Amino acid sequence: MAVPKRKMSRSNTRSRRAQWKVSAVATVACPQCKSPKLPHGACTVCGTYNGRQVIAV
Amino acid sequence: MPTPTKGPRLGGSPAHERLMLANLATSLFKHGRITTTETKAKRLRPLAERLVTFAKRDDLAARRRVRRVIREKDTFVELFETIAPRYTNRPGGYTRIVKVGPRKGDAAPMAIIELVEELEVAAVNTKTEKRKAAKADVVAALAGDTDDAPAAKAAVAADEAEVTDAETAAEVEAIEAEADEKK
Repeated sequence: MAVPKRKMSRSNTRSRRAQWKVSAVATVACPQCKSPKLPHGACTVCGTYNGRQVIAV
Repeated sequence: MPTPTKGPRLGGSPAHERLMLANLATSLFKHGRITTTETKAKRLRPLAERLVTFAKRDDLAARRRVRRVIREKDTFVELFETIAPRYTNRPGGYTRIVKVGPRKGDAAPMAIIELVEELEVAAVNTKTEKRKAAKADVVAALAGDTDDAPAAKAAVAADEAEVTDAETAAEVEAIEAEADEKK
C-alpha cells in the first residue's frame, strides 16, 4: 500500500488550508422592510413573502 | 420501465418513505400548514394535491384510496367534508411552499407548506377555457331565439341578436343616406 514517505511540513499544510475560504451569503433587500433576506425565501424580520404575511412576528 | 418519482428519496426504505409521506400529509390536512424541510415539502406537495383531487371526486373508490394514506379518521373526514369543498372551483394547486431559511442546529433548509385559500372567482385564464366560452357564445348566438335553448343562453343570445340588429339597421341607414347623397 502506498504511504507518505515524509511528514508534511507546517508550511505545506498551511498553504493548502489557505485556500479554504468562505463566501458571504447572497442576500437581497426585503421589499417590505428593506432588511437583508435570503432570495426566494420569506423575510425573517417582517415575516412576509411576496406581499403575504407568512411567519407571525 | 416505470418513471422514477420526482425528487430525492426519503428515509431508509420504501416503507419508511411511505410512512413519512403519509404522516406529513396527515399533519398537513390536520393543521392546514406545517413547517418541515424543503426536501420533504417538495415530496409532499404532489401526494397532498393528489389526495385533495381524490377527495373532490368523493366516490367509494376515491375514499378507499385516500383511506390507505390518511389513516386518522378525524383528519380523513375533515379532508372530505371541509377541505375538498373549498377547492371545487380550483383546478389544482392546492398547496403553497414558502422557504423560511436554514434551521438552527443542522442548517437544514426549512419551508412552510400550507393549504391555499378558497378561490373567490372561477378564474378564466387558461386558453382552452376561454376558447370553450367563446364557442358557447357563438353557439348561443347561432341558436338565436329558439325555445329549446336554456334560458340564460337564450337571454344572452337575444341581447346579442338585438345588438346585431341595431348595427345592421345603422349600416342600412348609412348606406341609404349615401345613396341619397349620390342622387
